[in-house]
Amino acid sequence: MSALARIEATLARIAERDPVLNAFTAITAERARARAAELDATRAAGRAAGPLEGVPFAVKNLIDIAGLPTLAGSKINRDRPAATQDATLITRLEAAGAVLVGALNMGEYAYDFTGENVHDGASRNPHDHSRMAGGSSGGSGSAVGGDLVPLALGSDTNGSIRVPSSFCGIFGLKPTYGRLSRAGSFPFVASLDHLGPFARNVGDLAAAYDAMQGPDAGDAACTDRAPEWVSADLGKGISGLKIGVLGGYFRHGATAEVLATLDHLAQSLGAVQTLELPEAARARAAAYVITCTEGAALHLERLRRRGADFDPAVRDRLIAGALVPAALVAKAQNFRRWYHDQVLRMFEGVDVLLAPATPCTAPMLGQTELDLGGKKVPLRANIGIYTQPISFIGLPVVAVPVKLPGASLPLAVQIIAAPWREDLALRVASYLEAAGVARAV
Amino acid sequence: MVDDSLDQMIAAGTALLGIPVRPDWLPAIRANLEVSLTLARLVEEFSLPDEAEPAPVYTP
Repeated sequence: MSALARIEATLARIAERDPVLNAFTAITAERARARAAELDATRAAGRAAGPLEGVPFAVKNLIDIAGLPTLAGSKINRDRPAATQDATLITRLEAAGAVLVGALNMGEYAYDFTGENVHDGASRNPHDHSRMAGGSSGGSGSAVGGDLVPLALGSDTNGSIRVPSSFCGIFGLKPTYGRLSRAGSFPFVASLDHLGPFARNVGDLAAAYDAMQGPDAGDAACTDRAPEWVSADLGKGISGLKIGVLGGYFRHGATAEVLATLDHLAQSLGAVQTLELPEAARARAAAYVITCTEGAALHLERLRRRGADFDPAVRDRLIAGALVPAALVAKAQNFRRWYHDQVLRMFEGVDVLLAPATPCTAPMLGQTELDLGGKKVPLRANIGIYTQPISFIGLPVVAVPVKLPGASLPLAVQIIAAPWREDLALRVASYLEAAGVARAV
Repeated sequence: MVDDSLDQMIAAGTALLGIPVRPDWLPAIRANLEVSLTLARLVEEFSLPDEAEPAPVYTP
């Protein structure tokens, strides 16, 4: 199939399904057709167009697309001038042959785990339209889970790639903090922001990740390390890998279905060792404090001038964050270093850790409370309880989708590795996929 | 922290920062501040040595 034919089929599928899923906020059809025609011409001239030749992809709308304002899920950013160039990651994916087809819905300013958006409407769960897609990369989860596109980009500050992966039943990669450039994306919490891909299989996830690696002076946090390619090693299997399962904090509050899914996956890997991250609850608390305060600092001027134009759920949390004393934030950053050192010590005895991605399957749209271990808690603040202690210190994670026999909705399990060891997490994910344990729904 | 002091903190803090707040926003701001401070206290009460330093990302 030509690249152009593939793009036309993708655009037709989006036109058919997106009115229900509401995953897209912009469709770059003409750009996509032009790019696909270029790829076909390259191929016709006998030249290779790249490892992602003709693969359609879309990006969360906090990632710059030349010619469009970068909304970051907000009403306020609609007044910004259009981006003058694409974000680094778009440029790199297109250089590998992928074709951008649009921008995706998201929770306002990425401060969200639900995928709901008061301005654009909620991204809907592709497996039950009355349920959440998860957030904040809700459109990314919905678009890949609904098979509108095979590849999407999202961001993950506290779980925003891993939560939609769980609710929508797809693969997601949150790389090591600093691994992939964030240049040309609208920030949220500089200390914790990551960008990464979603896909329907591990091969596509790894190919996209490889295409996006590399230093970038445009992002102060982006590593100078040389790229460490992963695609060629996906099939190496798990022989020799020490795999542990996180217990304690990471089992508290989870539904029976979540625990059964985790245990099934652990059993498939022969993982019998249970480990506890030291002070995981405090790590989650510190991530929460850094998030609300750094987020407040970012948006302070907008809170002064345009408070009424925010999503109220985002605004009220940001205003509260602006009032948290700086001394407490400094403590949270100090704790972050301590916790990082403790967890890295754990990785001296284990290669990969397993943990649930979410405490439950996709909640109903509009739901505001969550039953966490028999206690009613605010939903928005608690969906990320298992993801926050991991991204807090920037560990790489692959979220792998699992749907147990008889289950109505999918879930994801986090495959967590030491910093810069995306290769190990992806190898385990690939093994699970080949064994038929993990697969996109 | 007693209830009054939280309300006073919101009133004084938003005034000092120049953030206009409508009365109907206050209950949610208050609830969120309570959560944030509770979690901040959980972190603060963990004893760290004076030498414990954060890990900023800054390249001069």
